[in-house]
Amino acid sequence: MSFNFDLVIQSFPLLLLGAGITIKITALSVGLGMIIGMFVGIARISHVTPLRMLAAVYIDFLRGTPLLVQIFLIYFALPLMLDQRVDPFVAAITACGINSGAYVAEIFRAGIQAIDKGQMEAGRSLGMTWVQTMRYIIVPQAFKNIVPPLGNEFIALLKDSSLVSVIGFEELTRRGQLIIARTYGSLEIWLSVAVIYLVMTLAISRLVAYMEKRLKTS
Amino acid sequence: MIDIKDLRKSFEDHEVLKGINLHINPKEVVVIIGPSGSGKSTLLRCMNMLEEPTSGKVVVDGIELNGEANINKAREEIGMVFQRFNLFPHMTVLQNITLAPMKVRKISKEEAEKTAMELLNQVGLADKAGAYPPQLSGGQQQRVAIARALAMKPKVMLFDEPTSALDPEMVKEVLDVMKSLADKGMTMAIVTHEMGFAREVGDRLLFVDEGQIIEQGPPKEVFDNPKEERTRLFFSKIL
Ligand SMILES: Nc1ncnc2c1ncn2[C@@H]1O[C@H](COP(=O)(O)OP(=O)(O)OP(=O)(O)O)[C@@H](O)[C@H]1O
Ligand SMILES: [Mg+2]
Repeated sequence: MSFNFDLVIQSFPLLLLGAGITIKITALSVGLGMIIGMFVGIARISHVTPLRMLAAVYIDFLRGTPLLVQIFLIYFALPLMLDQRVDPFVAAITACGINSGAYVAEIFRAGIQAIDKGQMEAGRSLGMTWVQTMRYIIVPQAFKNIVPPLGNEFIALLKDSSLVSVIGFEELTRRGQLIIARTYGSLEIWLSVAVIYLVMTLAISRLVAYMEKRLKTS
Repeated sequence: MIDIKDLRKSFEDHEVLKGINLHINPKEVVVIIGPSGSGKSTLLRCMNMLEEPTSGKVVVDGIELNGEANINKAREEIGMVFQRFNLFPHMTVLQNITLAPMKVRKISKEEAEKTAMELLNQVGLADKAGAYPPQLSGGQQQRVAIARALAMKPKVMLFDEPTSALDPEMVKEVLDVMKSLADKGMTMAIVTHEMGFAREVGDRLLFVDEGQIIEQGPPKEVFDNPKEERTRLFFSKIL
């Protein structure tokens, strides 16, 4: 067995483009996941029972079924219902974002519940509503608590985003597959792909550690 | 100002308040004392519905505390000061004080800040407007908390052991602020272990034990001539 280093060098620019797309869908998905997760997480602890139950169902369904199946549901099953083709990019971000939303919701819930309950009491005793107190007092403080777990979620999703390769969306993993189909360089390409993922996840965890430190001192 | 009728509160099957009747007049300073676990905090917290009574009626400034809207409305008129201050640590002192007047009373930022500075002057902390709560001493934090409550221009102030979490040398600065409030005619309900303060500032002393008001009257009378055996027992333990 021989290792074709030239193949690695030749393929690298293409793989890097794929890595860029991986980062893009991860960032967009986590962004969508954060918006969904914030609302679902707050709904999860609200005093409105139907809202709380709805949030619980959302979280259970998305955490209790494989992301791959969720991707298939959105890319293959949803078009049958809508009678309209779904763009792979839209499907990828929707599936990952909705999925991430469930995990972020739990992160938010934990972050909010970690805030001393005297904070809510102080806000309410001043005449602010539950929503106002959440918005101005609780959630801003919860954000500080949730930077580390959100960073982990970002890393998890960055890796899981490789699953969208199955619907033909050309992120890093799919690019690797396509190059291998042409060159048969399984060893070289999968190793390269793995190294690129590793570099990205290490970079993110460094960035999160740095942000955590900055937040602690502020 | 505050009218409480047959107030009961249970946690699970543990009855903590066993039928409290209490009327607090405008400008009256009522000091509540009693052993630990007797229900003092619970009683105070029922006055602004931080604790929801199991039964009974609470009316504050003519508003019966039932239903979300009424409760929020009444809370605008009821300031509360907590044992552990509960300042908002992510906001400056000034922001702590201006938040509720701006969001609840819809007062402009300029006006809210003007009032806040006046209040900070009053509690002797004008130079700390830009500081964050964790940078302040306990006594300073509690004075900010009082200013924050006053910024809503409440008609009643509730204090739950406001000096219990403080180092001894800081107790006086907080009690002084409370005394000047009383002198200005604020209606106040105060749970405290500071018996000297109760005697000096209180118009009425309430001794609570096992969820009931055992005895009440002018502080000097209750201190010097307690009528009930349980009150005497309590004083013999603490004085
Ligand atoms: N949220 C709660 N859930 C269950 N039990 C509670 C709760 N809050 C208070 N209690 C109980 O109710 C009783 C009265 O409590 P409360 O805090 O009103 O007493 P207190 O007179 O303020 O005592 P202290 O002087 O220690 O502050 C205590 O037995 C306490 O354990
Ligand atoms: Mg108490």
